Amino acid sequence: MKRAAAWAILLLGMAYFILPLLGMVEFSLSMKRGIYSLEAYRVVLADPRFRETFSFSVGMALLTIAVGMAIVVPTAFWVRLKMPGLRPYVEFVTLLPLVIPAIVIVFGYIRLYNTSSVLPLTGTIFGTNLLLVFGYVTLSLPYMYRAVDTGLRTIDVATLTEAAQSLGAGWGTILARVILPNVLVSVLSGAFVTFAIVMGEFTMAALLNRPAFGPYLQLMGANRAYEPFALATIAFVITWACMGLIQLVTRFSKHDKAAR
Amino acid sequence: MSDTPPPARRRLPLTWLGLAPFALFVALFLIAPTMKIVLGAFQRADGSFTFENIAGLFTDSILSSYWISIKISVASAALGCLVGFLMAAAMVLGGLPRSIRSPLLTFSGVASNFAGVPLAFAFLATLGPLGLVTVALKTHLGINLRVYGFNILSFWGLTITYLFFQIPLMILIITPALDGLKREWREAASCLGASGAQYWRMVALPILFPSILGTFALLFANAFGAVATAIALTGSSLNIVPIMLFAQIRGDVLGNPHLGYAMAFGMILITGVANVLYIVLRMRSERWLK
Repeated sequence: MKRAAAWAILLLGMAYFILPLLGMVEFSLSMKRGIYSLEAYRVVLADPRFRETFSFSVGMALLTIAVGMAIVVPTAFWVRLKMPGLRPYVEFVTLLPLVIPAIVIVFGYIRLYNTSSVLPLTGTIFGTNLLLVFGYVTLSLPYMYRAVDTGLRTIDVATLTEAAQSLGAGWGTILARVILPNVLVSVLSGAFVTFAIVMGEFTMAALLNRPAFGPYLQLMGANRAYEPFALATIAFVITWACMGLIQLVTRFSKHDKAAR
Repeated sequence: MSDTPPPARRRLPLTWLGLAPFALFVALFLIAPTMKIVLGAFQRADGSFTFENIAGLFTDSILSSYWISIKISVASAALGCLVGFLMAAAMVLGGLPRSIRSPLLTFSGVASNFAGVPLAFAFLATLGPLGLVTVALKTHLGINLRVYGFNILSFWGLTITYLFFQIPLMILIITPALDGLKREWREAASCLGASGAQYWRMVALPILFPSILGTFALLFANAFGAVATAIALTGSSLNIVPIMLFAQIRGDVLGNPHLGYAMAFGMILITGVANVLYIVLRMRSERWLK
């Protein structure tokens, strides 16, 4: 009885999640009347705007991961090693982007870094791209910091650092060759979440007027019948792949530890 | 003895220096932009202090946009909490095989991140005028959703869509709390003669209550700040705060730039209060769940 009720609740719940995905895939396949075909995907993949925006967003995502990790890994390491008392405060700051909506942050960027300001980042395309990367880093800060910090918790930072120092390593060597390999799994999980977030992001890119995948999706949705659903399916597969990769690296590392 | 102080004095600033890149980044790209908005909400165009912008929020169109936003956020957070709780409880306590746990939690991780524009398309394809479910209900069961006044571009349409990321988030947060319910509590309650319903009403729910309410606050803030899903789904046909603010940033539709600051400030205020509530309640709930 209890088990039947539990199954019923779960199946009903799953139906709610599966139906929209089915609807989306079904629509994306029905561009040709009467039969299922991959026509919508063909049209989308042949669209030069798709290639441009998609590769733009991939580039932005990779830059965001690089810049974000360059900021987060040394900071989390330093806080754990030298200033453990500050950890709650730093963590609080990294969680702020969950509190302040992205639209408000980018509104601030537009007003703060416009052409008449001290730092006119929005004046040039390069500057605007840079601002967008910084915005994405800010958005992914909560996920990256938490991932890296959790990774650092599982290793003995102080001992590793002292061992490396007594062998003559400088801070750069310690970070790159001792700490980073040890928290690589956490860094990768943070990177995959960041990748998924950046690929689907709409608000910042739209308001900064950059040709990213999110605004392109929205534009297609307003103008085309079947292509948006093919694009949405692609976006879902990307999200799914990122989450799957996180599971994979986590599981891989567990095997790694069990073997020793 | 005398050469001990100098190294100590030299090390102090160096220690702080390690945090400088992070502090600089956060100051420039998180704190300063937010402060610009907050201060701008209390300034005239010439920079002098005023409450006019805040007062300007209390017009019918802006107030009603806040009201609709709050209603959608409350409805989707409440339903998200309820359904998410039931699903998590079914998974943890329903006596189901443990093998479904890991796929369900992974899926929750994916679904809670699958927001924005693609999510809006998925629901258009399902509950829109020509959507999978709409058409199936009409042809097979003779139910026309339109006749019942349902429209995906409406309050309920948006709420149902938001549930797609609200429910998984609830599942992810509440599952550890449900795991923390000790078997001994249930046994102690039944030894004292409590029925299943009494155990839930007098033991389990009071313990879980702070977590549930805290997650509610988090889901509320989550829905309140969602921009992309709303814009892709409704265009500008539904006047909620994020859509109005988006239009204001793009083209100053309110005719007063500083009114935009005030709207954004109102958003920070509401999501901020919701998050403070979440943190406070989270700390309370962690007392029991160790």
